[in-house]
Amino acid sequence: MCRYKILPHFLGPICITYRVWEVHLVSQLTIPITKQDHIEGVASALVTLVEYGDYECPYCGEAYHIIKRVQQDIGDDLRFVFRNFPLGQIHPHAVWAARGAEAATVQNKFWEMHDVLFENQDALAEEDLVSYAYLLKLDVSKFVSDMRAEKVWQKVDDDFWSGVRSGVNGTPTFFINGRRHEGLYSYYELRTAIERVARKGRVA
Amino acid sequence: MTARLTHLREGSRAPNFTLKATPDQEVSLDDLLDNPVVLMFYPADFSPVCASELALYNEILPEFQKHSAQLLGISVDNVWSHLAFTKDINLHFPLLSDFNPKGDAARRYHAYIEDEGEAARALYVIDQGGMIVWGYIAPTGINPGADGVLEALESLHKENLLAA
Repeated sequence: MCRYKILPHFLGPICITYRVWEVHLVSQLTIPITKQDHIEGVASALVTLVEYGDYECPYCGEAYHIIKRVQQDIGDDLRFVFRNFPLGQIHPHAVWAARGAEAATVQNKFWEMHDVLFENQDALAEEDLVSYAYLLKLDVSKFVSDMRAEKVWQKVDDDFWSGVRSGVNGTPTFFINGRRHEGLYSYYELRTAIERVARKGRVA
Repeated sequence: MTARLTHLREGSRAPNFTLKATPDQEVSLDDLLDNPVVLMFYPADFSPVCASELALYNEILPEFQKHSAQLLGISVDNVWSHLAFTKDINLHFPLLSDFNPKGDAARRYHAYIEDEGEAARALYVIDQGGMIVWGYIAPTGINPGADGVLEALESLHKENLLAA
């Protein structure tokens, strides 16, 4: 019995010219940071840390606490940007959680919702999201309809594809000043990597 | 230290293989070549890095379908492991078992790490004519992402349009 659909379609003989693609070993952030992004910190910061994350991913949950500490310790030299990268096939609540955070953005409460979601990763069903909207004193009926709004859906999708185009391969993935952070993301590693880039920025 | 593997050259013919997709179904590359085929060799089922690579490809399957491309995952695990893994991470594309003779397909694609007894993370895009149009073998421990494969499929699509 065939479990999978493998249905070849006949396209006919086609003449193709070949070209060699350049291989980039270190991925770069290809989609620049804009006003549409969620940004904590000032534009003049020496270092910008971008995270592609998934609210239901346990490793992102660990990273959430680490980033808070790093932000606190590095201060104004660091700007943090969060982009959605929900892996909905392995995390059934991830896409809705991301939409919840974007729906809170409409009411200027993105970071508040972001924090609540990462602090409650085991409760991300739709009714949980609604209860967080109450907790954050959002207009709940607007929140519920915004979660289903095209622009919210689109924002999550755009973030995801911007990640795919930048070589994001799992969550969390970090970029430090546009260059992918290939190492681990313990407090020590992340802080050291950020400080190294900050030092370069100061010298330049 | 293992020597760095070099992928098969762009423009060379993709070696054929016949591998099991399920306990009672085999898949041959040649049978799929009316459309582009993407091969993703990976070391093993259930290892965390691979899971995120496979999970990512699983998420972006609609993009492969847009190009009528068939994605195949290949590792040296047996079909029973593949079935369990498929269920575990809710995969929607076939995993082929390069189990017997072990690593035979991976070897043909220069993607077998002899010391480890498993495949490297290698990616190939093969056109409808059975030619390799893009290949990449990631260094050990690096999860290659999907940007390169998608760019290759898009270029192939544009070239097909120009040739049509």
